[in-house]
Amino acid sequence: MASGFVIRKNQYYDSVFLMSVNRRISEVKGVQQTAVLMGSPTNKQLLLEIGVQDDQIKAALPNDLIVAVIAETPAIVENILGRLDEWLEAIQENTSSLNVRTLEEGLSKKPNANLAVISVPGEYAAREAKIALKAGLNVFLFSDNVSIEDELELKKFSAQQGLLVMGPDCGTSLIGGVGIGFANVVRRGPIGAIGAAGTGLQEFTSQVNNAGSGISHAIGTGSHDLSEKIAGLTTLSALDALDADKQTRVIAIISKPPAPSTLATLIKRIETCKKPVVGCFLGVDPGLISGKPNLQSARTIDDAVRIAITCSNGQAGLPAGNLTHEELDTIHKEKKAWSSEQKYLRGILAGGTFCYQSQQILREAGYSLFSNSPFDQKYRLADPDHSIEHTIVDMGDDYYTVGKPHPMIDGTLRKRRILVESHDPRVAVLYLDFILGYNASMDPVGELLDAILEAKRISAQRGGALTIVASVCGTETDPQDINFQIKMLTEAGVLVFRSNALASAACCELLEQG
Amino acid sequence: METLLSKLLSGPLIAINLGLTLFAVSLEQQGVEVVRVDWAPPAGGDQEMMDLLEELL
Repeated sequence: MASGFVIRKNQYYDSVFLMSVNRRISEVKGVQQTAVLMGSPTNKQLLLEIGVQDDQIKAALPNDLIVAVIAETPAIVENILGRLDEWLEAIQENTSSLNVRTLEEGLSKKPNANLAVISVPGEYAAREAKIALKAGLNVFLFSDNVSIEDELELKKFSAQQGLLVMGPDCGTSLIGGVGIGFANVVRRGPIGAIGAAGTGLQEFTSQVNNAGSGISHAIGTGSHDLSEKIAGLTTLSALDALDADKQTRVIAIISKPPAPSTLATLIKRIETCKKPVVGCFLGVDPGLISGKPNLQSARTIDDAVRIAITCSNGQAGLPAGNLTHEELDTIHKEKKAWSSEQKYLRGILAGGTFCYQSQQILREAGYSLFSNSPFDQKYRLADPDHSIEHTIVDMGDDYYTVGKPHPMIDGTLRKRRILVESHDPRVAVLYLDFILGYNASMDPVGELLDAILEAKRISAQRGGALTIVASVCGTETDPQDINFQIKMLTEAGVLVFRSNALASAACCELLEQG
Repeated sequence: METLLSKLLSGPLIAINLGLTLFAVSLEQQGVEVVRVDWAPPAGGDQEMMDLLEELL
């Protein structure tokens, strides 16, 4: 085994770019491990963990590019590091050559700008967001690892200024039909949405579109907004804005459980809204939100879609989306093919909200699931890499994504996990989600297809039959071809559902005895 | 009352992008005017120097 590294002083690249270079290099024959990263303290620690250390690395700064390679022979290492510029240039086609180095310089080019989209590393994010707010810009803050104190300060300041901070840790928004971050291509319409749950907001907006209606604006708030400390500052500003917005006729709020005090504040504000509000607060006791003035509570995102559309057009409610007779028949046929050992569900998900909503639905049906992001702390996985009985894993969790691409961008980690689960003879059902839209992988199904087929083959070889359930979140106008994505899954024998709630209902049906 | 937020919602959206290039690209694909900032950590990523700059500001 041979290893080597190169440091390029003052050569800064963003994380997605670095991950693309890393992926390409790691595909070279004979390469065992690669690290393409900036010299931040966290990244230097990652290098140490894979056994790459040197005084030069210790001295590297967050502005310095470090490329480390571990390979079978010194020649492979030398070849890659010696041709580093070629690797960098191969990916760099899309980067701009503009000489704009700071937000202030950017503003001087476009003084009428009204939004800063910030996705710099967390330790610098609050500083840049502050500069943007002071310059009168609204902020979409994708960066995470911003302290709760900084978040509170940013949000208090923005509220005073009549501005909005979407984030930190905000993955998606749709402003006037424009998707920011991970967003689906959705028609404009009368429904406004607010979401503290990124994939939850994508699911809601996609389904509204797929049901024939549309979205005025969908405002992401970031995952901490409904905490006790932040007290829903962005959600409240978004409610004010959508309440005043002429195009919006109904407002839907999608979130994981808010802090009790924040929920109480929110319910009070909802009472005074001029427009009907639909609340889908996953994991909240329905008793806490039922019967509140002007608030219609929805148990699932699918329910929220139906209620919001009904409120927006004043027509009779859409029918509840249940599994069809045909789907139920297929499910029963699948179960008949299982071996006597097969009994467990394993969910390997990219969407955090999906992981959560699935647990809620399965729990209501009497099934408790272990998870790295558990509905009930009693079922927290001690080791996220090792499933226990029924398990559902959020592979977008920090545990998997520090220094590695999110599973919505790159399927490598999920692929590995599918194969691991397929070697457990007790596994009967694998559940996977696929999320389309801007900035997501252009071929999420294609990336996992080999692993799906291999998992089925491994199970069949043991005399079993692995049932694979999938949900696809997206629209026909997304950059990926949703029909082709679904076709690939169907042809591979996967049971495909158009929502996470329906796929979870199918999992309940599969686990039911008899 | 018109706020900077309500102006954002009434559009058009004009963005300054700091960080991931792919976010700027997807906005441009949707016809949004975007200034791409070729961002790097301030003060070369040197924390001491950055703290000093913060104080000066």
